[in-house]
Amino acid sequence: MDDKREQQGIVLTEAQKRSRRRRSIAIALALGVLVVLFFAVTIVKGPAVLNRPL
Amino acid sequence: MSVVDHNAIELAAPRISEADVGDYIALLKPRVMSLVIFTALVGLAIAPGHFHPVLAITSLLCISVGAGASGALNMALEGDIDALMSRTANRPIPRGRITPAEAMAFGMTLSFFSVLTLGILVNWYAGALLAFTIFFYVVIYTMGLKRRTAQNIVIGGAAGSLPPVVAWVAATGSISVEPLLLFLIIFFWTPPHFWALALFRSDDYARAGVPMLPVVAGPDATRLQILLYTIVLVAVAVAPWPLGYFDAIYGVTSLILGAGMLALAINVYVSRERSQSLRATRRLFAFSILYLFALFATLLLEVVVRAVAPWIGFGVG
Repeated sequence: MDDKREQQGIVLTEAQKRSRRRRSIAIALALGVLVVLFFAVTIVKGPAVLNRPL
Repeated sequence: MSVVDHNAIELAAPRISEADVGDYIALLKPRVMSLVIFTALVGLAIAPGHFHPVLAITSLLCISVGAGASGALNMALEGDIDALMSRTANRPIPRGRITPAEAMAFGMTLSFFSVLTLGILVNWYAGALLAFTIFFYVVIYTMGLKRRTAQNIVIGGAAGSLPPVVAWVAATGSISVEPLLLFLIIFFWTPPHFWALALFRSDDYARAGVPMLPVVAGPDATRLQILLYTIVLVAVAVAPWPLGYFDAIYGVTSLILGAGMLALAINVYVSRERSQSLRATRRLFAFSILYLFALFATLLLEVVVRAVAPWIGFGVG
């Protein structure tokens, strides 16, 4: 029994799985927003996106 | 035969986080963030010239995430004292939901992305100023001043005063008098606001060993300082009207609100009996939030009225 547990490694509880899933979804959403933001600003600025001060 | 008996080394079980998204949102100090978003919005609104709405939203988002990142880094560094104060004991780190290292990683990641995004998408002056704001709040205020001097929130208040300046720089790419006036208003608003809080929470701060003014200099000296700073605040807040930077609507509102703020500060100064003093400081604390909000809302209203007036027939011809 102990050997079997050892082979399985760390087993997450249901609560840990749920919170990890929610955190993963939040990270995915944040990255999605970042992608949309960069896309939108590129469209808004057009060719001027390459012409920035500094 | 092995040199080390493998049974002799017992590794501690790794800590698996059960932190929820809500715990990470709490790290961002949402209430502080909302005030930052609002003051930054006013900074954007009063800036001259046309600023594309997408860039305005991007700027606001970056500034608010940068402010949230500062909050997370602040909490990562203050877990020990947060646990000792009733006001902060429910934060994610003292509750054991998030470790200081996790909060630090979260804060650093958000700082990095907020500064980089503002720099790349809007302009690097604003990005640099946002980076400086985060640095000032985390390194100068949290690590340097907070546990060392009673002037902590006076100097540290500069960090909370910068968001409208960052917003103005994002919109214009330069600096001018108007955002500096907004900076000064928030800067002089911070001490009466936080010292009022510190007066009715002084036991908390004393227990945590934070040298807030009421703990170090006593309540009477704090009441005097609150009054003096309120006088300066009211003068600074009214000044842009006679100087011609903001309109009469702002000037009159600022005078009325300033009179209220001054009356409450005088009330704090004269109320020395314990229950009376508690009531007076709580009132000043609550009103100070309304004061700053109303002052900035008036500036926003002026901009909206000026924009809408030609459409509804005012100010034409």
